[in-house]
Amino acid sequence: MTALGSEAAPSPRRTPLYEVHQQLGANLVDFAGWLMPLRYGSETAEHKAVRKTAGLFDLSHMGEIHITGPQAADLLDYALVGHLSKVKVGRARYTMITAEDGGVLDDLIVYRLAEDDYLVVANAANQGTVLAALTERAAGFDARVDDRSADYALIAVQGPEAVRILAPLTDADLSEIRYYAGYRHTVAGRPVLLARTGYTGEDGFEIFVEPGTEALHIWDALVKSGEPYGLTPAGLSARDTLRLEAGMPLYGNELSAETTPFDAGQGRVVKFEKDGDFVGRAALLRAAENDRPRKLVGLIGHGRRVLRKGHTVLCDGQVVGAVTSGAPSPTLGNPIAMAYVDGEPDITAGTFTVDVRGRTEEVDVVELPFYKRDR
Amino acid sequence: MSVPAELNYTSEHEWVAINDGVATIGITAYAAEALGDIVYVEPPEVSATVRAGDTCGEVESTKSVSDIYSPVNGEVVDVNRTVVDEPELIGTDPYGQGWLFKVELAEEPSDLLTPEQYTQLTEGEG
Repeated sequence: MTALGSEAAPSPRRTPLYEVHQQLGANLVDFAGWLMPLRYGSETAEHKAVRKTAGLFDLSHMGEIHITGPQAADLLDYALVGHLSKVKVGRARYTMITAEDGGVLDDLIVYRLAEDDYLVVANAANQGTVLAALTERAAGFDARVDDRSADYALIAVQGPEAVRILAPLTDADLSEIRYYAGYRHTVAGRPVLLARTGYTGEDGFEIFVEPGTEALHIWDALVKSGEPYGLTPAGLSARDTLRLEAGMPLYGNELSAETTPFDAGQGRVVKFEKDGDFVGRAALLRAAENDRPRKLVGLIGHGRRVLRKGHTVLCDGQVVGAVTSGAPSPTLGNPIAMAYVDGEPDITAGTFTVDVRGRTEEVDVVELPFYKRDR
Repeated sequence: MSVPAELNYTSEHEWVAINDGVATIGITAYAAEALGDIVYVEPPEVSATVRAGDTCGEVESTKSVSDIYSPVNGEVVDVNRTVVDEPELIGTDPYGQGWLFKVELAEEPSDLLTPEQYTQLTEGEG
């Protein structure tokens, strides 16, 4: 046996829920400079709980940036690929920030909290990049860009029982909160931003706990309320397989500065129809009009060996692409993966295989996602 | 973490039980816990000749793949087919139903760890 666990890098940050994770016996790992729970027990059991009942996540590592001021909307229309001025107060959008060359700097969820107040949620690893890019792009706009990462804890309840678990704890009428909406409400008596968003492919909520409130209090209240429903604390490992099954791209895997939103099959987030120029527009127009050089597809392995990031994808023995994310799928029972393949793969053309450490495994090429919940 | 007193160990987190010149080999509870949910096992082939320190198979968890090393010199005389079908047994019963393979010893192994030495090793890593 080799490569068991790794030494933690010097002093990763702790979330307000660090002691809770320790008490629960979590396997804590340094993730983008934060000490985060990878899993509490079996990651497969955690994954299944989210699909069947509900899971409770600490996502306090995520980055939060506030954009405020009379031209906050204009700034975001210019700085991001989405049409954020069109978003109604209380609603949210999945969007991306790209470089001038169209390469993705991060994928984001942006909440419009008020006419002139937006919350940009960035991946922990990209918080600095996004903050710097937004700050630079804000020049000439009457808008402020503020790093508020240290001010927020983020707790998510995800799964089919999420509504029943959260309803008794909040003043919000959850049936009124649509998917991708977020409003100021209370949970367990504490003021929060309550959003119906997630990264699991299930219904669920993300609770941004504002400064001065107690993340711990809300976590405990959710644990108590969730007990009869089988609410299970779930770590980043389950979160990764949940998003993979749901076909959601992960920055650093499917998304990078070398990929455009179109490469990743996410071209719909680029809103060319909005007024005015935006960063990356010219390059993204070319990316949209060109025959896509590659396509993000799903792979389902026939065997048990796990398809992983970096493995080569072959068609009749010829290299046609590479795996970007892969894991055994708890829902399907097979190894699954996302992979970039050249051009438009003709799945009838031949036999697709993946080179798993020198031995090939036969795979089916499928459209994403692997899993879609019943609505 | 359980470290049965009647077994020997290796720094690669394997356990070895020697009976009548045959070594039964598995991975330790500490390793199983560190790996997470185990989804695939490939033990060596029966009748393969193995040498101490050589890789002879692999154990794959949701997060990573690890080589199986032979801790002894000899010939593989049996492999655990049940654990191939149910890799989760390694996590639930690492010292029992989760055994991996058996080797008929060509010679007495020399540098196995005692339970005390292995416990010390895992505490150092923890």
